[in-house]
Amino acid sequence: MARYIERAENLARVLDVNETFSRDSAGGQNWMSVLELYDDGERFFEHHDAATAEAVIRFYVLELSNPGSILSTVRMARENARTLRPLISTEMWTQLNIFHNKLRELTPEDARKSRLARLCGFIKEACQAHTGITEGTFYRDAGWYFYQMGRNLERADQTTRLLDAKYHLLLPEAAAVGSPVDASQWNAVLRSASGYHAFRRIYPSGMEPVAVAGFLMFHESFPRSVAACIDGFHRNLSELRRRYVPAVGEATAAEVEALRVSLENSEIEQVISQGLHEYIDSVQLKLISLSNKLGQDFFGAEVPDGPEIHGAAQA
Amino acid sequence: MTDTNASSPLASYDPQSFFCEMLGRRDAPNRCAETVWQRIGELGLDELRARSRDAELELYNFGITFTVYTQKDAIDRILPFDVIPRVISPDDWHTIETGVTQRVTAINLFLWDLYHEQKILKDGVVPRDLVVGNKNYRPEMVGVDVPHGTYVHINGTDLVRGDDGRFVVLEDNGRTPSGVSYVVENRHLMQRAFPELMDNIGIRPVSNYGQKLHEALAEIAPAGVTDPQVVLLSPGTYNSAYFEHIFLAREMGVPLVEGRDLVVENDRAYMRTIAGLQPVDVIYRRINDDFLDPEAFDPESMLGTAGLFRAFCKGKLGLANGIGTGVADDKAVYAYMPRIIKYYLDQEPILPNVETHICREPKGLGYTLDHLDQLVVKPVGEAGGYGITVGPRASRAEIEHCRKQLEADPANYISQPMVNLSVSPTLVESGIEPRHVDLRPFAVTGRETWVLPGGLTRVALAKGSIIVNSSQGGGSKDTWVLA
Repeated sequence: MARYIERAENLARVLDVNETFSRDSAGGQNWMSVLELYDDGERFFEHHDAATAEAVIRFYVLELSNPGSILSTVRMARENARTLRPLISTEMWTQLNIFHNKLRELTPEDARKSRLARLCGFIKEACQAHTGITEGTFYRDAGWYFYQMGRNLERADQTTRLLDAKYHLLLPEAAAVGSPVDASQWNAVLRSASGYHAFRRIYPSGMEPVAVAGFLMFHESFPRSVAACIDGFHRNLSELRRRYVPAVGEATAAEVEALRVSLENSEIEQVISQGLHEYIDSVQLKLISLSNKLGQDFFGAEVPDGPEIHGAAQA
Repeated sequence: MTDTNASSPLASYDPQSFFCEMLGRRDAPNRCAETVWQRIGELGLDELRARSRDAELELYNFGITFTVYTQKDAIDRILPFDVIPRVISPDDWHTIETGVTQRVTAINLFLWDLYHEQKILKDGVVPRDLVVGNKNYRPEMVGVDVPHGTYVHINGTDLVRGDDGRFVVLEDNGRTPSGVSYVVENRHLMQRAFPELMDNIGIRPVSNYGQKLHEALAEIAPAGVTDPQVVLLSPGTYNSAYFEHIFLAREMGVPLVEGRDLVVENDRAYMRTIAGLQPVDVIYRRINDDFLDPEAFDPESMLGTAGLFRAFCKGKLGLANGIGTGVADDKAVYAYMPRIIKYYLDQEPILPNVETHICREPKGLGYTLDHLDQLVVKPVGEAGGYGITVGPRASRAEIEHCRKQLEADPANYISQPMVNLSVSPTLVESGIEPRHVDLRPFAVTGRETWVLPGGLTRVALAKGSIIVNSSQGGGSKDTWVLA
């Protein structure tokens, strides 16, 4: 549930940012880049001829044939919530239910480019309301820790994707490096991760790609940095084990500890010189492995969609 | 009654010859509902409609829904809610409460007897083949002792009121009766939507149902267990009553589990948790006998857990409701209920049956075939209002169809005279009109029986209809028992 909502929120932000900030030098928008970000080109062109703004927005907001669309992810979150209803708070369920109902009532007209900002605003707010309600009402039992771990994993994954999609801009032979377009691209990346202002606080001037990459990967105080998410996951898991099941979860704990330490000791300059893409790939593999380990350790099975609580006997 | 001027939405309300739950009878008005009725009039039709829309939206948003599955979609439907409450006087409630308690007591004595000495069969009060030939009779239960002699821990009694204002029993539900979640949620909904309507009326609360249920369930825990772990066993999210399962688990503060979450080892039930297996002492199961335990009953069942029946028989697991209760709430056994009450309690039924003709008996069949146009014919095995032929309302073709079915399989049917169900003022398109209602009070029994002061009032929303089932266009109302 946490993972789906996190995905929907990130997607809304990416669409919004793409619409607002991501323009090429001629002022045109490149909606292909969103498809590339989620590696959805193939699926998209099965049903669409061209990556126009309208088509891409519809594809990512409304289309149920796209399992990654906002409507699909929120529906999945609600289906998850339905099975978890005895465990989550009624307010969590109600909000998610209303959110899903509103999304379902959206027409293609509502997803027009001219209304996109408002639509994305609504979606982001609903996702954040979910997070806030959860924080304020979810009983702090084992389920709470699994919820947090799911969210942290998904955030880390989203940030690595975002960075990976733009990694080519870091290649020295890219013609536009250092140009205003380049800066605006990095500006968009930061905003997609809701990190622009936080970045500015640390780097009051300039927009060095290396600094942006380092910030998104390793900054310990930015809540969407990979390092911060893994650190959060690590703390969630330790608490869970300490409070409930000291004897369970050893493999997961060992793995997250290793990842945490490796992130802590990495330098962005070195990572880039050795290949950011390869590095991100390896991190993503570790995220997948963590999710699987968690499923194996606690539920005796791999959990395909992340560490949601399965079954109900989570007393 | 109270003065209602011409512009009042109540002015045109006319229950005709039917008994009205709000107004009572012309010669015996229901004084205790006067204030409520007057306040509804003061609110006016527009305000009632506006709040009614809000209430329905709220039900939808809260997900107080049952789910209808089609091939490509899961559609959440709300049970239509009527905002005009049904008001029950303290005297009427006393009759219902004592009558339901009497009936549940007799049913439990009957079940104990059936699964032990079978005195009632030996004495010829109830035909033996009706019981042992019944598909809901469980020979596996013979000789199994249940705590406090209670088999039916949760019971729903379907009551209707005829023209004379007397409550009569239409049906007993002693397997896994549903609907109590609506009783509580309807009240919460009314409290939010109509706070001023409820001020100083003295409505008896229903919100402690979960607590009372948990207490009763704790009473059937295995001997020696002081702080029993109770769980609610649900068939899962695809069950149309899943909302109710969640509701009850939450109200009791117990885990909701599915069959795959449980396991039986050494005749003890456990649930799987991240910290390993945790013992389970009592299961409130919302799964039918057949599917409960593939080891004891239907081996194909994917919903239950192997070994539950074994643990139950050994006294190491409490099960509510008990196994094999379906033989007591069978529509054919229903006909014998007044005699059953007399046999065990030596009392007349406080809540009488509707006169019932048993078509498995030549006399009953003959009478039924001769009076098809006056009788309501019901299959004994069906639930949900399916397969019923309402003689006085049926076409000639429908009656002939019913006759053929009866002649082909008489034992599958009972017939009853048509009861003119009472009406309750209901908000519809054209204003406030009388609509037929029934009432399902819920009784919870551990050591003793407690009846929730309220109940599910179902209303047939179509004009003139007497079928109140949700699957057939029924809705519900909040039910106010006055102190």
